[in-house]
Amino acid sequence: MTNTLHRFGDAGSFYDDYVVFAIPSRGKNDKGSVPKLKKFLEMALPFKPVNLGDAIHGGALRPCQKMNPTAHWKRDLTPDFQAVIDGVDAPTTVAAVFDNRVAAEDFVKAVKQADLGMCINVSTSIDGAEQCCHAAGIPRHSVGYSLGFEGKTEKLPNSQVLMLTTMCGHGMISTSLAKKMIDWVKEGRRTPEQAVTYMARFCSCGVYNPARARRILEDARTKIR
Amino acid sequence: MRINPDKCVACGNCTYVCPMGAIYIDPAIKRATVDRNECVECYACFHGLSQEHLNPTLVRTLRKLFQMVRLRFDPEPDVCPTAAFAPEDLEWPRVVRRAFSDPRVPHESTGVQGRGTEEVKTNDVSGRVQMGEVGFTIEFGRPGVGVWFHEIQKMTGALAKAGVAFEKKNPITSLMTDVPAGKLREDILGEKILSAIVEIKVPVARTEEIIRLVHEVEKQVDTVIALGVGTRCDKDGEENVVAPILERMGYKLERAKTNIGLGRITNPAEEKKEEPAGVAR
Repeated sequence: MTNTLHRFGDAGSFYDDYVVFAIPSRGKNDKGSVPKLKKFLEMALPFKPVNLGDAIHGGALRPCQKMNPTAHWKRDLTPDFQAVIDGVDAPTTVAAVFDNRVAAEDFVKAVKQADLGMCINVSTSIDGAEQCCHAAGIPRHSVGYSLGFEGKTEKLPNSQVLMLTTMCGHGMISTSLAKKMIDWVKEGRRTPEQAVTYMARFCSCGVYNPARARRILEDARTKIR
Repeated sequence: MRINPDKCVACGNCTYVCPMGAIYIDPAIKRATVDRNECVECYACFHGLSQEHLNPTLVRTLRKLFQMVRLRFDPEPDVCPTAAFAPEDLEWPRVVRRAFSDPRVPHESTGVQGRGTEEVKTNDVSGRVQMGEVGFTIEFGRPGVGVWFHEIQKMTGALAKAGVAFEKKNPITSLMTDVPAGKLREDILGEKILSAIVEIKVPVARTEEIIRLVHEVEKQVDTVIALGVGTRCDKDGEENVVAPILERMGYKLERAKTNIGLGRITNPAEEKKEEPAGVAR
């Protein structure tokens, strides 16, 4: 699962994008990991994450299987963090997403203190992750670099659409939906906040960053890059 | 995936949410239809759309009335008003489409959700990539393009010829019938998936050679490729071996996934370390 590695953008564009995730390794530290994974997510709450998620049940913004038709006029846009925590019922990857470095650093410090024994990773710009480790006094163990997209890149959409879609590395947010949301924000049919929640509901592991997506949509409102 | 024509009201919402663009309104039947050849069974439509359970006849009648007076309802774009999606029981080999495309389904070969790989994310307990080694993740079809297995085989064949070691705990490796030759099962070559990752490991000294090989092969592959390179840091947390090679090759390193080394082996009995498949050199 490289679902957070290949987010499109330059290093500067990740200033509001810090994904910290915990993953149990099969056969190594997965037994009895569920309470530890729940604790990891609970520990994130005081640092005001913009999303939480688990790779089986999804993020804090989820689709509704029995939607009331009145929801078209009063849709709830509030992320439900507690539902994510309560929903963890098997060893899986869990993630907390932050929109600033200070929160990510403080969370990494807290995770170090808690000594959960889970494998912990920080996905952001290379410098951003180094700073998180430095602040917590942890030497990095391993690093996985993204070399970006190659091959038939002519099949890819423009950079703003790519930035929106690649925040769900599993590819659940379609190019067409992201383009449509940019258009709707430009037309004034929806606010960036509403458009972001539509997209975030398709992310099946909760690593989508609504704060960064809002910023990209605001930018796309006035200029297409 | 199928769409029940008795329920579909042709609102068109689902045509936008399909990552492969495989859903369209068929003008002959005036219903949303799935192009089965292009559908990768990712279930984004089924899992991602909220569902109302409205009466299809009522909705169709209202839509017709609105159309007659040139009015358009502005509904939420992530809703199927009549819960018209009907997942099928998938059989082999079509079922591999879902295994590689629906991130909620764990890969049987590795037990991991998503694309089924742990890479360096668990390197602090798995020891998958050691000092002096480089782990490559060569990912096909992402973002939003998809890939056929016969395209992936072009790469695995070329890598095998170069004598690399395929990661054993990887879903693509588990589908190889001839690992030293990089050959995949014949019966899946005609299947399309959202994305898949080929994982290999080589000594650091071969980093540039492998990247240049990938560049050569990707010219023959009809999709996009996302390349990832994983390696160990030294005892001070520094990584001054692989990054300089990549930068010399012209890569501007922007983003990385950093394993911060807090993992511990906590399972009661440690499993025997498995060697990568294929021939290492």
